Order: sequence, then structure tokens, then C-alpha cells
Amino acid sequence: MMVTEINSITPLLAVLVSMVASVLILASGKYPNIREGWTFVAAFIKFGLVISMLPLILKGNVITCTVVEMLPNLPIAFKVDAFGILFAITSSFLWIFVSSYSIGYMRSLKEHAQTRYFFCFAIALSSAVGIAFSANLVTLFLFYELLTISTYPLVAHIETPEAISSGRKYLTYLMIAGVSLLFSIVVVYHYTGTTEFSFAGIAGMDAIPQTTLVILFVTFMIGCAKAAFMPLHAWLPAAMIAPTPVSALLHAVAVVKAGVFTAVRVILYVFGVDLMRDSGIWLYMAYFVSITIILASVYALMQDNLKKRLAYSTVSQLSYILLGAVLITQHGITGGMLHIPYHAFMKITLFMCAGALIVTAKKENISEMNGIARQMPITMLAFTVGALGMIGMPPAGGYVTKWFLLLGAAELHSMILIAVLLVSAVLNAAYFFPVVYVAFFKKPDHELAYKEAPLTMLVPLVLTAIISIVIGIWPDAPGMFLDIVNIAVANVTGGI
Amino acid sequence: MTGFDLIATHLPVLTVVIPLIAGFLTPIVGWIDRRLPWYWVMLATLVILLITLSNLATVITTDTIHYKLGGWNPPFGIEYVIDLLNGFVCLIIAFIGFMVAIYSKESVKKEVPGKTTQFYTVFLLLITGLMGMTITGDIFNFYVFLEISSLTAYALIAMGDRGDGVVASFNYLIMGTVAASFILLGIGYLYAVTGTLNMADMHNLLPDIYENKVVLAALAFFMAGFSIKVGLFPLHAWLPDAYTHAPSTASALIAGLMTKVGVYAMVRFMFSVFTPAFVIDVNMTEILTWAAALAIIVGSVFAIAQSDIKRMLAYSSISQIGYILLGFGLVNVIGITGGLLHIMNHAFMKCALFLVAGAVFYKTDIRNIYQFQGLGKKMPITTTVFLIAALSMIGVPGTVGFTSKWYLALGSIEADQWIFVAVILVSSLLNIVYFWRIFDNIWFGHPHEIENIKRDEAPLTMLIPMVILAILCVFFGFFSGYPIEQIFEPLATTLLGGVP
Repeated sequence: MMVTEINSITPLLAVLVSMVASVLILASGKYPNIREGWTFVAAFIKFGLVISMLPLILKGNVITCTVVEMLPNLPIAFKVDAFGILFAITSSFLWIFVSSYSIGYMRSLKEHAQTRYFFCFAIALSSAVGIAFSANLVTLFLFYELLTISTYPLVAHIETPEAISSGRKYLTYLMIAGVSLLFSIVVVYHYTGTTEFSFAGIAGMDAIPQTTLVILFVTFMIGCAKAAFMPLHAWLPAAMIAPTPVSALLHAVAVVKAGVFTAVRVILYVFGVDLMRDSGIWLYMAYFVSITIILASVYALMQDNLKKRLAYSTVSQLSYILLGAVLITQHGITGGMLHIPYHAFMKITLFMCAGALIVTAKKENISEMNGIARQMPITMLAFTVGALGMIGMPPAGGYVTKWFLLLGAAELHSMILIAVLLVSAVLNAAYFFPVVYVAFFKKPDHELAYKEAPLTMLVPLVLTAIISIVIGIWPDAPGMFLDIVNIAVANVTGGI
Repeated sequence: MTGFDLIATHLPVLTVVIPLIAGFLTPIVGWIDRRLPWYWVMLATLVILLITLSNLATVITTDTIHYKLGGWNPPFGIEYVIDLLNGFVCLIIAFIGFMVAIYSKESVKKEVPGKTTQFYTVFLLLITGLMGMTITGDIFNFYVFLEISSLTAYALIAMGDRGDGVVASFNYLIMGTVAASFILLGIGYLYAVTGTLNMADMHNLLPDIYENKVVLAALAFFMAGFSIKVGLFPLHAWLPDAYTHAPSTASALIAGLMTKVGVYAMVRFMFSVFTPAFVIDVNMTEILTWAAALAIIVGSVFAIAQSDIKRMLAYSSISQIGYILLGFGLVNVIGITGGLLHIMNHAFMKCALFLVAGAVFYKTDIRNIYQFQGLGKKMPITTTVFLIAALSMIGVPGTVGFTSKWYLALGSIEADQWIFVAVILVSSLLNIVYFWRIFDNIWFGHPHEIENIKRDEAPLTMLIPMVILAILCVFFGFFSGYPIEQIFEPLATTLLGGVP
């Protein structure tokens, strides 16, 4: 397949627009309406810039942009390919919804330090899109670290000792990950003389001795601790102390997906499909992430706090993506990549519902939510859509990706992996249905009057729920996620 | 010959002469008006900065500058030699000197009341000593400037915290004198066996007599002496007290420059007086790398244990000097490039951090990091500078700390010393530990107490140099490609002189 490189400054602009916005946010901290205005303007411009590149990508091109030669032979550079734009669209599109939701949430709860909150949020989004568009490992590392640092104030937002200690935990995990990632990057550079991603994997990787290669893979994966696979997942439930919009966009989409994205980049664009298969690493990794898929679901069963339950569900679902990538079959990779946007839409819906419950009903624990659907029917309906998606039941989108993953596992004739996926679906049902049941069918402790969250919160969560259904009913709409993923898969598998 | 040409030919020596004469004139200037010395020092350091810039430009565009003092030909006369290495170190000295000079105005007024004139006199003489050490091509002349810089440093430190400053200075005096004696002994030994004091000449004569034990003893004396001067663990005991109790301005100057020039001298002696092959052959570089690795870890661990910000920064300096020496000890182009880069980078970062510590002390009288609560609201610019410089110390990409860390790690792998890669990476984690608790205190104190804090920023003369240094930390984090290709890599190659 012919890939044409097109030079354009658009990727840089797409990254910078929220950086600029963050400065404006800081400058207009005294005028909340103007401040939030910047957030919206930046969110729309960012999405516009990202989506403007889509037609070119769908034609099979890549868009490149070298910003600066940071060190000799180590440029800060962007390269937009199908996989990158998939992640960028997901995070920049959802930022629009979460911006609206954030305003409603933060103002309803009269949170302090809102300027800092929106400032850090904007930088985090820049970093996420930066990661998506990175042309090489060093650029990716730059934004990876920036994402860690910019999200720390969001996690520690309420500044209680508990929040600070959660923040420390968050930082410890992710900074150790950063160091491990840096180590891996240095090693790759030492052996190959480059860190630039390539569709077939970086040339020269196969010259690395097998033992070193395995160690390198392990350090890379430790470096991707943002993907929250076990046993490096503990930071994610801890991070749930952050305000809910942060949990929704960052700890269900931007941050964790950045980790998964990096992992997939490493697996497919640094190591490459061939090397993964020849070295046999893929199989071990597949079993390794299977443990997380199952175990995290079991952990989720045990949580009463809704946000914590969702967090463990995220841990489990993220490993689906990793599983898909390491199956290194066409269907497996399709399923894994497609799960990035699909899981994002469904999980963000769930988190926004959890946030709406906190703001309106002041309830965080499932055991307190008896009959809550009488008070907040729309919210709980959206929640149900998200839950169906997680379980993998039509019409919500989750079944599409699960289908591809199952196909991938079946292609490999791996009964174990098929079993893992099915058991996980059952477990998902086991921890999501009780919430739905409690909300709709249990009798409330006392009479509940109808009272939904403010519209700034309700509208986004309804929209994402609707989108979750649309991508389930019509996954192969032209220009939609499946199209993008197909191109990405064709890139890495050489169009097989 | 026009007047300009006349000056141009003497530019090398002017870098030493100007601060020397300006230093001696300072008391007169101060006698005329007590406020004048600050302007006077600014002017002097600015002129030196411009001269060193021009010198470096000449070296890059043409060739090494040789300047014969008094017209006497080397090896009999004293020769000043400016090549890429000391051209670059001179620029750093002049630049940091200028920054600290701008900064000093209010800080000196507060911390050394009534003695500003004396302070500035010694300040300029310290610059003289450092410049002389760097620029000279004569080994005994080097010793003279070493003593000038040491004595002035003792004096500056003694002007600090009442009582403690004197004790710290005395400690340093003892250690520094021991170091200077070692170095003098080394010089004497080399003079005895070669009969010359000119570095280049010595470099040519020494290879024939490398089997002579006297030469080896001289190398050992030099390394021991310089190890004390740079505060290499475990010979660092003088350093924390000296940095902590000196006046803030002096701390920034000494921390930013003294040890750097010590490192420069060590490198100069290892690679340009002796030959790299010899130094490697007697395992000196290997000893150096291990000592450096130890310093990196121990310095960071000690830094975690401190609550006084200046003392913490002092221990962090011990660790950072380890980075620089590790790079040189690796003796490959990449490692040395990293070491050279880190000389510059650490000068920027550490100077900025000490300036911040001084500015905070100036405004609040606080040096204990656990009392920093709400500082982010009170002094937003100062704390932002602190954030940038500290992130740079940690080695976050996009700051200078990353560039040197990258080269050092890569150089360690190149030398097949994986353990040092681990040391560098673990150290950056330790850096996070001791800097992040300060971030937490600055920005995440108790929100309700912080609400009432009014903005009260440091004066402009303090802010400007800090902000410039912070900007440079970020600028060279992104734009290091050009200086590395033009200066550091060729320099590293020349220093190694063909050693693989």
C-alpha cells in the first residue's frame, strides 16, 4: 500500500491550541465565564483541526511535521497516521462534552481552585493529542511525562491529606513508569540509532539479542503503566479521588488510553508484527493481560463505591485493547484498536452518570442507590446503555469490538483466550447489572422526587450514550472508527 | 593599527584584567556613593560577558586563541589559551556572574548590611580567580588563580549567617587548603620531571616518562585535590555548610560556578596535561565513574533528608557533580558530551534554584521547606521558576536536564556500564522525591488558609535573572541540537584525542 507523506503544520497547531488556551485560562482566572469560554473555544478548534486531517488519512496518507531538532538526530516531530488520529479524535471530541460537563460539575459543587483545574485540564489534553501524533519515541515521552505532571494537580485537587497521598501514589507509579520508558527508549536508540515509529517496526530491532529484547519489552511495558494492567494498576483506583470529570475524561480516556496507545505503538510500531511473532513474546503477553482482564473484573465485583467499580472495570477493559494488539492477527488488532474509541464513549458515559449522581443525589455508593432511577431516570438510562456496552450486548457498541477480539482469538485456535473473553463478559454482567437493578427495581428508602443534574451535565452524558448506540448499530459507517482502524491495521500488517 | 584592533588582540587577557582592576576600584566607587558598586559590578560583568562571547565566537569561526602574556614566548612565558572547552566555560562563568550580579542588589543589602562594598570587591575578585583558572595555559599560573578564587570564596561565605558562616568558611578553608596543597604538590612533581610549567608543553613531554612513578603520583595528587574542590563524595563534607550559610547571592555564585571550574580543571588536567590513554590506563577514569555514581546516589539520598532548602540544594549539587564526572569518566564521545552539557545545564538550573531560595528568604525569612505553604499564591513567578528548574533537575523532557541525562545514559550503555544507567535513572526518581514535597507545600497547602494570602512578589532585579535562567532551561531543552553539533560533540572528540 502506497503511503504518501504530506508536510503540514496542522498537527502542531492541534497540539498547541490547548496550550495556548491554558495560558488564556490562567490569565482570565478572575472572570469564570470568559475562562470557561476559552476552554470551549479551544475544544472546538482542537477537534476541528484534528478532524480536518481525517480525509487525508482516510486516503491512506500520513501527515508529518518536524518541529525542532531537540538533540542531533532526535527531532521533536509529529506524524499523523490512522492509529494516531483514532486516539486524537477520541480524546479531542470527548473534551468538548467533558468541558460542558466540567463546568456544571465544578460550579454545582462550588469547587475551589477552578482556574488551576481548567488550566491543567487543557494541558493534559494537549499532551494526549501530542502522544497521539508523536512521530518518535522521544516526542511521545515528552508528552507522556507532561501528561503525568499536568494531571497530578487534578488528582490532588481537593488537597486533603488523603488526596495528597493518592496523588503521591499516582505520581510514584507513573514516574517510575516514565523512568522505565526512558530506559527503554535509550536502549532502542543505542541499538537502532533512531526512535522513529515505523509501520513494520523499527529497522534493526531484530538485531537485539533475544534476552535483551525480552527485558526491553518488559521495561517498555512497565513504562506503559498508564495502561493500568495488573500489577501496575493500583494508581488508577487511587486516582478516583479526583473530581469526576477528571475521572471521566482523563482516567477513562486520555491518560489510560495514552498508556494503552503507547503500549500498542511499542508493540506494533517499534517491535513490529513480525518481531512480536518470531520472538514469541506475544503469547506470554496475551496470557499476562488475560490475568488482568479476569482479575480486575473480580475486584470490580467487590467495590461498593461506584467510581471505584468503574475504575476496576477500566483496568479490565484496557487489557482488552492490549490483548487485541498482541494477538497480532488482523481481527485481533482491529478489535484492540477499535476498543480505544468504543470503550472511551461507553466508559465516559458511565463516569458522567456517576458524577451526576454525586452532584444531584450526593450518592457515591451503590448500596445507597436504591430506586435512584425514579429521581434521575435519564441518567440511569444512559448508565444502562454504557453498562450494556461494557458487557458486550447490542445495541451499544461494545459487542463490535468483542466480536473482533473473539474472531482474533478463534483464528489462533486459542480456547483459553476465547474462554477469558467470555468469562470476562459474564463478570462484566455480574457487576453492572446489580447497579442497574438497584437503581430501577429496588424500592427507595424514602420518596424520591424527580430531579436531574443540571443541563450542562445531562446533555453531554445523553449525547455520549446515544453515540455509544450509534457506533454499535452502524459501526461501518463511512469515515467512522472502523474505517480508520482498517487503514491502521493494513499499515501494520502490510495489507494482508 | 586602530584602537579597536588593539583591544581585539588583547581580548583574552581582558577577561581576567577587567574584573581584577574593577575589583580593586570597587572600594573607591563605593566610597563615592554606597549605591554605586552594584552598577559598577553589573557593568564589569556585562563587559566580561561580551568579551567571552566574542572569544568563543572567534574560537568557533577560526581556531584556538593563543595569547602570550607580556609577549614572552611559551614555554618560558605565561600563555593564555582559549579553545572550545575553556571558551565555553568562560562564557558560563561570565553569564552566571552577570545574572547573579543583577540579582544581588536587594539580597546583598538585606543579608550583608553595611558591607556591600566589601562584598562586591570580593565578588569581582572571585570572578577574576575563576576566569584565570579557566583561561590560563600555564600550570603554576593556574595555581595562583586557584588560590585567588579559594580565598575570595572563603571570604564570601564568612559574610553569611552570623557565626555559622564563619565556621562553614573555616571548614572550607581547611579542606580547601588541603586540596590546594595536593594540587601544588602535583604541580611541583610534574615540574620536577618535565622542567616546564606550560600545559601544552607538558602534554608533549609527559608521554615519554609515563612509567615514572612521580607522574603517577602527580596525577593522584591532582585527582585528590580536585575531588575535594568539586565536593566529590566522600570528600564533600565542607560543601553543605558552605552553601547553606553563605549569603544567598554568594551561594548561587559558588554553587553555580566554583565546582564547575573545579570540574573543568580536573578535565583539563586529565585530558590536556596528561593524555586520556594514560588516565584510562591507570584506571583513574574507572575510579572516577564509580565515585561519581556513588556521589549521585548518596547526594540525592542526603538531599531527601534535609529540610533547609539551601542545604538540600547543596546535597543535590553533590549528586549533580557526580553526573558531570560520570560523563567524563565514561571516556567516550557521548558520555563526555553529556558531561559537558551538564556543566552548562547544571549551572543554569542550580543557579536558578539558589536564586529562588534567596528570593524566598528575602521576602519571608523562611528557609525551611515545610513552611513554604501558600508560597505559590504569594510569589507566583518565583515559584514557577522553581518549578521549571526543579523539573529540569528531575530531567523531564523539554528541559535541559533531559538532554544531559539522555547523553549520560546513552554513554553508559555505549561503555557497556548498564549499572550507571540504573544509577542515573534511580537518581532522577530520588530527585522527584525531594523536589515534589516542595511542590506539594508550595501549591497544595491547606486551601482555606491559603485563600487569604496576598500576592507579594520579589523585586524586579531578582525576578529578571531568575526568569532568564528558567527560560534558558526550557530553551536549551528544545534547541540543544545546534550547540551540541557545533561545540560539544567536536569538543568531546578533541578531548578524547582519538581514544576509541
